[in-house]
Amino acid sequence: MHLAYPAVLSALLFCTGLYGVLARRNAILVLMSVELMLNAVNLNLVAFDVWLSKTAQDTLHSGQALTLFTIAIAAAEVGIGLAIVLAVYRNRGTSDIDKLRDTAETGDGSDDGHDASESAASTTAEKAEATA
Amino acid sequence: MSLAAVAASTATTTAAETNGFLSPTGVEIAFLLVGLVTLGGAVVTVTTKQLVHAALWLVVTLGGLAVEYLLLTAEFIAWVQVLIYVGSVVVLLLFGLMLTKAPIGRSPDADSGNRWAALAVAIAAATALVWVVVDAFRTTWIDLDGAAAGSTEANGKALFQNWVLPFEALSVLLLAALVGAIVLSRKAAAARPTGSAAPGKQPSGTAPATSSDEQPSRQGKEGAR
Repeated sequence: MHLAYPAVLSALLFCTGLYGVLARRNAILVLMSVELMLNAVNLNLVAFDVWLSKTAQDTLHSGQALTLFTIAIAAAEVGIGLAIVLAVYRNRGTSDIDKLRDTAETGDGSDDGHDASESAASTTAEKAEATA
Repeated sequence: MSLAAVAASTATTTAAETNGFLSPTGVEIAFLLVGLVTLGGAVVTVTTKQLVHAALWLVVTLGGLAVEYLLLTAEFIAWVQVLIYVGSVVVLLLFGLMLTKAPIGRSPDADSGNRWAALAVAIAAATALVWVVVDAFRTTWIDLDGAAAGSTEANGKALFQNWVLPFEALSVLLLAALVGAIVLSRKAAAARPTGSAAPGKQPSGTAPATSSDEQPSRQGKEGAR
């Protein structure tokens, strides 16, 4: 098999995941897109490891070992990420990334008045929740 | 090692010259067809408006990748992929979707406003990556004959002879992730009594009318608890 086939498929999958990370608004859909990118890297690792293990003598099977590590780390990442998303949803009532703008710099001129007032309202609500 | 690599690269180059792109082998045809299904599933995953359907198309993508691993003779990775990704990660994602939002039907706000910029970035990255990869590995040939490169025996030997220390470190990392997930969940559960005491006081003075799109849903949720 030509090495170009898995390499090109991996590149296309990675860019699909990149589009998903940039364009999606729900946090869990962003996590799904991150999984797509990780899987593209895994396919690349496996393809190059198979190629290398057939051409070189001692290869340590590093590509497939790294793929196993990546899969385990991705599973841990999804668990932690979902715990964070659920905690944010409990506190804020939304998992919409565009609305979680408390640390955004609004600037002095405040060109986006609605956004600034919304964040101020959410911080006051949060303070009320903390003091209650 | 470098000498062997040079010799091997010349060998693969000659093998690739005898096998052109215009006369694909059966494995390549199967790889292409499954790859089209995988890529289509990925594209639907990142573009569909129905959130649960996105998770289900992710199953198609991950299963297709498992088949690609099988075609690359990496059997162990393929079954690990099926077990962990299709078996547990997708179920976790579905749990997360259902716990944060029960998306019956279409949700029109699934895509943010900068999707055209995202599309431009993705297409530019895809063009650059595919160009570079094809230019670099046009003549490289994977020899799939003979013993499987990714059998369980080969993987186990490599993992427990050369990669023992990362393997053990990974188990510590999994333990840390487990503890972290529990702590994140428990902190929210401990903060809940103070939060549920709040709604009687919250709307009175401190919540302005500007956040009216967010407050009722939160209080409805608190009341539901």
